[in-house]
Amino acid sequence: MHRLANPARFLWIARPATSWLLVIGLLLTAAGLIGGLAFTPPDYLQGETVRILYVHVPSAWLGMAGWAAIAAASVSQLVWRHPLAAVAGRAIAPAGATFAAVCLLTGSIWGRPTWGAWWEWDGRLTSMLVLFFLYLGYIALAAAERERGGEGRLAALFGLVGAVNLPIIHYSVLWWRTLHQPQSIGLTGSSIDASILWPLPLAALGFTALFAAAVLMRMRAELAQTRVEARMRRAAAE
Amino acid sequence: MIARPKHQRLVLVLLALAAVLGAALLAMWGLRDRAAYFYTPADVAAGKAQPRTAIRLGGMVERGSVLRDPDGITTRFVVDDGEARVPVLFRGIVPDLFQEGSGVVAEGQLAPGGTFVADNILAKHDERYMPPQLGNQAAEQRAAKTLQR
Repeated sequence: MHRLANPARFLWIARPATSWLLVIGLLLTAAGLIGGLAFTPPDYLQGETVRILYVHVPSAWLGMAGWAAIAAASVSQLVWRHPLAAVAGRAIAPAGATFAAVCLLTGSIWGRPTWGAWWEWDGRLTSMLVLFFLYLGYIALAAAERERGGEGRLAALFGLVGAVNLPIIHYSVLWWRTLHQPQSIGLTGSSIDASILWPLPLAALGFTALFAAAVLMRMRAELAQTRVEARMRRAAAE
Repeated sequence: MIARPKHQRLVLVLLALAAVLGAALLAMWGLRDRAAYFYTPADVAAGKAQPRTAIRLGGMVERGSVLRDPDGITTRFVVDDGEARVPVLFRGIVPDLFQEGSGVVAEGQLAPGGTFVADNILAKHDERYMPPQLGNQAAEQRAAKTLQR
């Protein structure tokens, strides 16, 4: 990681990586969604409604993985003072918030025909909504701190403490009685039949590659912005 | 021995993370009864649910218990959790996934006679997804078993 501390070296890797991730992400997402919408059978109970799965589950995964990445960047910022950690945190937050929002919206659309309700305050839904609000808080805090010329330590503390919500989201369906069903995919296997399951990993990988590409683009944009600001300051001083 | 600042910070961060996680887990443990989304029939039998207060009752719709009144809008069924059973009365439209032998959450209140009067019904499904042929096989097997009995 510390070899990437030099922004020039980071950019040398990030520039080609962005294009590669974009292409791979678009291809895998297209394969997953086309497979899920056109080539899988409907569910025995829910019928065609089950196809929301191919958007809902990858979004939920990225909403949570995004905060895990923010927490990792926070540790790297607080402990090693990695110069790109705060940049990474600020780049991840909007992408994570977007996927958390997509997860909540598709979940709501899915809930109406299956459960009979757009929204219910059960453990899983509520903890996921809290994650979305945490993202908004992090975005505001990190932006305010950057504006004041801070190093991003406050945002890093917030990112670390917010990570507590991740196990709560994961175990909410086990700890409490919820309307949301328990997880289908675990370490020991899946309770989704193989004929319905196969496009899901494609979509999940595709979404993940697109997420990573968005983060890299935002990081590059912020590094460029910092350089512009420095150059303007120098020009103004002369 | 003076630790390097980097290591000091690492230890501090790890300690803080462990403390916050521990606090959150304790809080969630304290919430485990109160954060439950619904009461089960066993809770009702144990007297945990107050009559005439708005609660949710969740469990399985007992097989063969669904009766539709001739007025076309009243549905009666029994919610069962393997330990206790509670009769439910509901006037309204049930969701598509509401069926015998599958999960249900009813919102309403317990009438003094022990019947749960629901004003909303939510269907709860499980974590299994499969194509219709397999689902039909499962349903046919269940039907065959019921017939044998």
